[in-house]
Amino acid sequence: MLTYLIRRIAIIIPTLFFVSIIIFGLQQLLPGDPALALAGEERDPQVIAFLRHKYHLDEPLPVRYELWLGGVLRGDLGESIRINKPVLDLVLEKLPVTAELAGMAILVALFIGIPAGVISAVKNGTFIDYGANVFALWGLSTPNFWLGFLLILLFSVDLGVLPASGFVPPGEDLGKNLATLVMPAFVLGNAIAAVMMRHTRSAMLQVLSADYVRTARAKGLEERTVVLKHGLRNALIPVVTLGALEFGQLLSGAVLTEQVFTIPGFGKLIVDAVFNRDYAVVQGVVLCTATAYIVLNLCADIAYFLVNPRLRA
Amino acid sequence: MTAIPVEAATAAPELPDDRPWRRALRRLVRRRGAMVGLSIVLFFVLIAIFAPYVAPYSPIATDWGAVRKAPSLAHWLGTDEIGRDVLSRVVFGARASLMAGVVSVLISLSLGVPLGLLSGYVGGFLDGLLMRIVDAMLACPFLILAIALAAFLGPNLTNAMIAIGISAMPAFVRLTRAQTLATKVEDYVEAAKAVGNPHRRIVLRHILPNILAPIMVQATLAIAAAIIAEASLSFLGLGQQPPAPSWGSMLNTAKNFLSQAPWMAWWPGAAIFVVVLSFNLLGDGLRDALDPKHK
Repeated sequence: MLTYLIRRIAIIIPTLFFVSIIIFGLQQLLPGDPALALAGEERDPQVIAFLRHKYHLDEPLPVRYELWLGGVLRGDLGESIRINKPVLDLVLEKLPVTAELAGMAILVALFIGIPAGVISAVKNGTFIDYGANVFALWGLSTPNFWLGFLLILLFSVDLGVLPASGFVPPGEDLGKNLATLVMPAFVLGNAIAAVMMRHTRSAMLQVLSADYVRTARAKGLEERTVVLKHGLRNALIPVVTLGALEFGQLLSGAVLTEQVFTIPGFGKLIVDAVFNRDYAVVQGVVLCTATAYIVLNLCADIAYFLVNPRLRA
Repeated sequence: MTAIPVEAATAAPELPDDRPWRRALRRLVRRRGAMVGLSIVLFFVLIAIFAPYVAPYSPIATDWGAVRKAPSLAHWLGTDEIGRDVLSRVVFGARASLMAGVVSVLISLSLGVPLGLLSGYVGGFLDGLLMRIVDAMLACPFLILAIALAAFLGPNLTNAMIAIGISAMPAFVRLTRAQTLATKVEDYVEAAKAVGNPHRRIVLRHILPNILAPIMVQATLAIAAAIIAEASLSFLGLGQQPPAPSWGSMLNTAKNFLSQAPWMAWWPGAAIFVVVLSFNLLGDGLRDALDPKHK
C-alpha cells in the first residue's frame, strides 16, 4: 500500500512541474513587450527600464521562470491589476461559490446518470435502453449555455418560478441560495449525467454477465437484490473513478454556466480577467484548477485502490 | 472423360470483395443513426458552402425598421437587435462552426498523431517525457486551457481554432501511443523489422494504417467537441468577432434579449445542437462499425 502511494504521488511531481511550465509559457504568448504596454502612452525610456527591472523582464527566461515558480510555491500567484488584490485571495474568495455549484451539479449527475445507466443495462436492448441512450446523446450534444437559456425562458420568463440570474450566499438565505442554483446545477450536471449513464451502463452490462451474478440468481435471490447488491455495488467502483475524471468538464462547464446565470464564481473570475487583460488572474485560475484536478485524480486512484481488494492482493 | 482447361481449374472462385474497410463500410451503412448523422452533417456542409445562395439576406445587413421582429414570412427565423436576418446569420454561421470543428481537429491530428507514434514506437525516456507533458496538458480543463490560450493569443476565430486544436491534442497523443504500443508487437510488424525495413517505413507503412480506425472515430467525436468549444469561445467573445456571424456569438448577443426576442437564442442554439448530435451519432456509428466488439 505504502509503495503504491509513494509511486502514485511521485508521478504527480513531474506532472505538476510541466503544468507550471505550460502556465508560465502562456505569458510568453503575449504579443509585444509587456513593459511597453504598462508604460502608457508617453513611453518614457526610464519608466520602461524601471518596469523591465521591476517585473524581471530584463532577466533570461529560465531565471524569470525560477522567480515565478518560487513565488507560486510561497503562495504568491501575483496580483490582479484590475482589483489590486493578490490572485490567491481572489481565487479563495470565489472558490466556495463554484464548489457549491459543482457539488450540486454532481448530485444532479449522480441522481440522473446512475439510475438511468442501471435501468438501461437491466433492460438492455429494449425501448427503455434505447430511450436512455437517446438521453445520453442529448446530454452530450446540448451546449450547456443554450440549455441555460431555454431553462431561463421556461422557468423565469414564462412561469416566473425561479430567478434568472444572481447568487445569494447560503449563510444569508438558504432558500434563495438553492433557488438561484437549481437551474445552473441542472445545466452543469446534465452533460455529466450523460457520461455517468454511459459508464454505469457499460459497467453494469459487464458485471451482470459475471459468474457471481449468475450464482446469485441461481441461489434464488430476488432480481432487485441481484441488481442492486451484487451488480451495482461492483459496477460503481469504476464509475466513481471515471466520474472523478469529469471534474475537468465540470470546471469547464462552470465557466459558461456562471456566465449565463451571472454567478460570481471561479468561471466568471477567469472570463472577467480575460477581458480586462488581467493575465495573472488567468494564470492563477488555470494553475489552481489543474492542481485541483491532479489532486482529485490522486484521491480517486487511492480510493479505487482501497475499495478494490483485487488490487491490494 | 472431358479434359478441364488448366485456367478454369486453377482460377480462384469469385468471392465478394471482403476487405476489412468494405466490411466496416457495410456495417456503417446498416446503422440508421450513423446514416442520419452523416446526412445532416452533409446537409450543413452544403449549406455552409452555398451560404450566399441559400441565405435570403446578407448576414451583416442591418435594417432599423425590422429590429427584433418575431419570425414571419419576410424573416422566417425573425431578426436580431439591429434588424439582421437570423436565418441568414444561422446559415453563414455554419461556415465558422464547421470550419472551426474541422480545422481544430486537423491541428490536433497533425500534432497528436506524430507525437503519439513517436512516443509509442521509440518508448523509453522520450515516451516518459512526452507522457508527463500530456498528463500536464490533460490536467488543465479543456475549455479553461482553450480560454487561456485564446486570451493570450488574442480573440479571433483563427486563434480560437489554434487554442481548441492544441487543447484537444493530448487525447490524440494518448490514443495513438496506446494503439502503437499494441500494434508494434504484432507479428507483421516484427516481420517487417526482420526483413530490414527502416523505422520510418515500419511506422508509416505498417503501424499507421492499422491504427487509423480508432483515430478516425476519435476525430469524428472531437469535431463535435470542437464545434461546442468554438461556440463556447465565441459566446464568451473570444472566437468569431462581430459583425461576422457565428452561432456562439449570436447566443452571446441573444442573452441580453431573452425575454423580448427569444428566437434570437432558439435557432443558433438549435443549430449547434443538431450539428453536434449528428457528429456524435456518426462517431458512435463509426466506432460500432470499426470495432464490432464494442458495446
